[in-house]
Amino acid sequence: MFDWLFALWPGLETTANLLSLQPPGWGGNLLRGAWASLQIAAGAFALGLLIGTFGALGKLYGGPVTRDLLAVYTTVVRAVPELILILILYYAGTDLLNQVLRAMGQRPVEISGVMAGIAVLGVVQGAYATEVLRGAIQSVPRGQLEAARAFGMGAVQTFRRITFPAMLPLALPGLSNLWLIATKDTALLAIVGFSELTLETRQAAGSTRAYFTFFLAAGAIYLTMTLVSGRIFGWIEARYRRGQVAQ
Amino acid sequence: MSRAFSRFADEVFVPHRLAMIAVALGIVIWAALSMRWHWIPRYSDLALQGIWRTLWLLGLSCLIGFALAVPLGLAQAAGPRFLAVPARAFCTAIRGTPLLLQLWLIYFGLGSLFPQFPWIRESELWPYLRQAWPYALLTLSLSFAGYEGEIMRGAFKSVPGGQLEAARSMGMSRFAILRRIWLPQALQRALPTLGGETVLQMKATPLVATITVIDIYAVASRVRQDTFIIYEPLLLLALVYMVIAGLIALAFKLLERRFNRGMVM
Repeated sequence: MFDWLFALWPGLETTANLLSLQPPGWGGNLLRGAWASLQIAAGAFALGLLIGTFGALGKLYGGPVTRDLLAVYTTVVRAVPELILILILYYAGTDLLNQVLRAMGQRPVEISGVMAGIAVLGVVQGAYATEVLRGAIQSVPRGQLEAARAFGMGAVQTFRRITFPAMLPLALPGLSNLWLIATKDTALLAIVGFSELTLETRQAAGSTRAYFTFFLAAGAIYLTMTLVSGRIFGWIEARYRRGQVAQ
Repeated sequence: MSRAFSRFADEVFVPHRLAMIAVALGIVIWAALSMRWHWIPRYSDLALQGIWRTLWLLGLSCLIGFALAVPLGLAQAAGPRFLAVPARAFCTAIRGTPLLLQLWLIYFGLGSLFPQFPWIRESELWPYLRQAWPYALLTLSLSFAGYEGEIMRGAFKSVPGGQLEAARSMGMSRFAILRRIWLPQALQRALPTLGGETVLQMKATPLVATITVIDIYAVASRVRQDTFIIYEPLLLLALVYMVIAGLIALAFKLLERRFNRGMVM
């Protein structure tokens, strides 16, 4: 079918063979790696949002000790390279879990790469999400919260009905940025030997010596992920900004 | 000075903070006494070399990257289409792919391509091209340029048009406008973001250890492999990076104060 194209461009046929989805080609491995990357990124982003929500609420409404501890958490995570946090949390997390299991009389377990990746990147994401959400919650006009209190809404109800919908459009640009960081940070797990997209690519490139082909293909996959998710976030943002005064 | 000190004292000498400082000191003392640090004297020379390598890689890549970012931002903000589109594509591609992938593409890709050309192997540059650090420096610079180009685009665009019109009506040439009016004001606007980006760049430097550049991270990994001590080198490494991040933040604070002198805020 593509014979005329291969005749025009001799290198293309070998490239197509290398990237083909069937076993002599490595395309299937790349896609499996991409799927693993996406899973970790989604899990880490969700965990980060959870930590970030409580972190932001703690920073804004918590007691002095909570606030200081959260400040230490966000400062340390944002000043130390992710790679080192991943190593520390990975080793420390496995150690701690196994000690707890041993104390309970259980056998030590090997932590699965996906869970470890999600946990570690989630803790890192949580620090950034805390700051993003804190800024967004803070910029909800005070009058709206006072009006909610005047209507007799409780703290939870105010958060659910007023603060959350009002802060979401303000938080979305920061959150979309965080999601992009999450997809790119999954590449760091390649260094601890977890076979996500970057490590699969390196193995494919190393065993075929076609470095440019595979690294460029992986780059295209990452770029597709970021561009598509950028579109999706833009769409969500436009949806949540509906009916709001343009700034 | 005394006012600054009393403000500092007001913030620190609060009961709960004093208690937290005491706990932190306790942890530090416990760590110093009961963890294993005997490897430090043996590796201290190597560690200092590693820190120095991390620092110059960071400084040089930021300088080169920023020098590339100014034209990239300018092309996107005001350039003709045939310059703006490639500049935009470059920034998108850099910002949309992981740095580790870029690093490996350049190191393994270019590294496997160059030896195929005899004239490169015979050239004066070959001794350098056989080492890893030029590839690390190139990748880090390009990455910084990609992120910074986007920021400079916004900064150039945010300078009020009236300022440029006034400069034009004073008869300044286009280059003079850029040098005297446009670039300084754009820089001033970009400076707070630039500090944060420099810290992010610092956090990206340990990746160069994966292409055999011996930076401080690589030294810590070696300690771990030689002695099977896991936590101590990693904790010390985290401390080193925190100190560097603090110094960067301080430097940018001073720079901002200098830049904002005489400005109406």
